[in-house]
Amino acid sequence: MKIIFLNLSFLFLIILNDSVPGVAYQIGDVATDFSLPNVDGKMVSLSDFADAKGFIVIFTCNTCPYSVAYEERIIALDKKYSEEGYPVIAINPNDPAAIDGDELSDMKVRAEEKGFTFPYIQDVGQQIYPQYGATKTPHVFVLQKDGTDNIVRYIGAIDDSSRSPKEVKKRYVEQAVDALLAGKSPTTTKTKAIGCSIKTL
Amino acid sequence: MNPNRILFLLLVTWYSFAQQKDVASLNYEQLKPLLFQKSERVQVINFWATWCAPCIKELPYFEKLNQRDDVEVLLVSLDFPKHKQKRLLPFIEKYKIRSKVVHLDDANETFWINQISTKWSGALPATLIYNNNRRGFYEQSFTKEELYAEVNSYF
Repeated sequence: MKIIFLNLSFLFLIILNDSVPGVAYQIGDVATDFSLPNVDGKMVSLSDFADAKGFIVIFTCNTCPYSVAYEERIIALDKKYSEEGYPVIAINPNDPAAIDGDELSDMKVRAEEKGFTFPYIQDVGQQIYPQYGATKTPHVFVLQKDGTDNIVRYIGAIDDSSRSPKEVKKRYVEQAVDALLAGKSPTTTKTKAIGCSIKTL
Repeated sequence: MNPNRILFLLLVTWYSFAQQKDVASLNYEQLKPLLFQKSERVQVINFWATWCAPCIKELPYFEKLNQRDDVEVLLVSLDFPKHKQKRLLPFIEKYKIRSKVVHLDDANETFWINQISTKWSGALPATLIYNNNRRGFYEQSFTKEELYAEVNSYF
């Protein structure tokens, strides 16, 4: 019996290894909070948002063309959902030592230029993105608050057309947040899109 | 050298140049046969884009690999369709890319990323290596040594 159990747990490990590199959040997991510096000089934590019902956490950056292509759509998401209780929290996971243009000072310039209405914070020391299992920019995690916990409800792309906002047919993040606001579970919980690898040394 | 021969050489030069520059834009269904070829050679499929700095860094290793008789390299560009003429084609010409290049132009990303590998999150660079017995997917950058060691493990 013991041998069977050991074999089963070994099998389970293989399955885990096959599906995700390292540890990554799955739907239903509790997401970690953090305290990271924002472009306005203050520190930002999820626990600061007492009135929020959840969060649209987006790992994004200054330097990835896919992130840049989504900037307007990220601003629109925050405008639409922050008042409904789902603010956007943008986190830059790149190590600024590994790529030009992703220093906090660069992020500040971009946030001002584009008029970001949401926190744009730096994953100092690259401690947070590996816990979420973010692999690229942009990479979205929709979280729903449950007491003091934040539960992962959606992982993936913002919509189904990175190339052109005009050709969007499925607004994945909007569908997920709309479902949560209506007290339902999102029907699409995982999607994929091309993005830039997260830059580390 | 007579004028006819010069003209002929010019034509040949122009033709090979035009060949190199002609990069097909494919949707996933059109790309798919290239990802499942029956061949004695090890197939190395690199997914890249001209805007992807780590992709550009490792591109020479793939070019070098492509010179081997027992390996076939395919570079699948994921440049935005609007940048094919402006960025992709000039890049190929400037760096004299010899490996075969195709441009994947298919908006249904969730579908084809999972088709290519369920392990792939969509981050670039990414590489598929396969032969008749084995397939491996690598969502990572390679050093020259790592790439050669990985490819050699297929023999």
